Amino acid sequence: MISLIDHPFDAADALRDFETRAAGAGAIASFTGLVRGTGKMGIVKTLHLQAFDPLTERGIIAAIGEAKMRWPLSDQTVIHRTGDLVPGEPIVFVATASAHRRAALEAVDYLMDYLKTEAVFWKKETTATGAHWIEPRPEDYTDRNRWSKTGE
Amino acid sequence: MARLRYFGRLMDLLGASSETLALPAGVTDTRALRRWLDNDRHLGGALLEKSVRMVVNDEIVNDPWAISDADEIAFLPPVGGG
Repeated sequence: MISLIDHPFDAADALRDFETRAAGAGAIASFTGLVRGTGKMGIVKTLHLQAFDPLTERGIIAAIGEAKMRWPLSDQTVIHRTGDLVPGEPIVFVATASAHRRAALEAVDYLMDYLKTEAVFWKKETTATGAHWIEPRPEDYTDRNRWSKTGE
Repeated sequence: MARLRYFGRLMDLLGASSETLALPAGVTDTRALRRWLDNDRHLGGALLEKSVRMVVNDEIVNDPWAISDADEIAFLPPVGGG
């Protein structure tokens, strides 16, 4: 399941819903990303997330498809915010279910690396010095490349 | 009329998230559109950057891709991730 939503969500509720849906799995792993209070340009006041449907959703569906080829997942969910957020708010929630923990944990990590680097989002941080569009950090690409089959 | 859409920093640069316009004569592919629009809006090459990708009718395309007034054409700067 994929949800791109432009209003706040509760990650605890999302996990509870997922646990109900994925009942019977031996392992559930989840990750919640929160808006950081400090960015490259200082104290963050607001973060604006822009998506481009249907490209954003299509890309996430493809990443989930890839994850399911690599790990035997029985279920998964991705919730991602768009619009205006403030520090401390959940921005992303990823959960996976599998028979065993390693598959569930690694698939969450894999999906997060996709979401942090390749997912079709644009981020604008507003700080005391103004508003700035954020481009990926070099280490985000390094994290993503961990999953490369060719090692490139 | 073609519908043009701008994302991320290009939205700020163009001053709008979208606009509709009639493509000028001779602007029949994405490469020509980049050049014409960049020049027309005095953007100093921002739309010519290789990292700016083009999307025509919801498909990522490579330059030069044929376009017409019936198309929705989007300019995408590098994605920032979520």
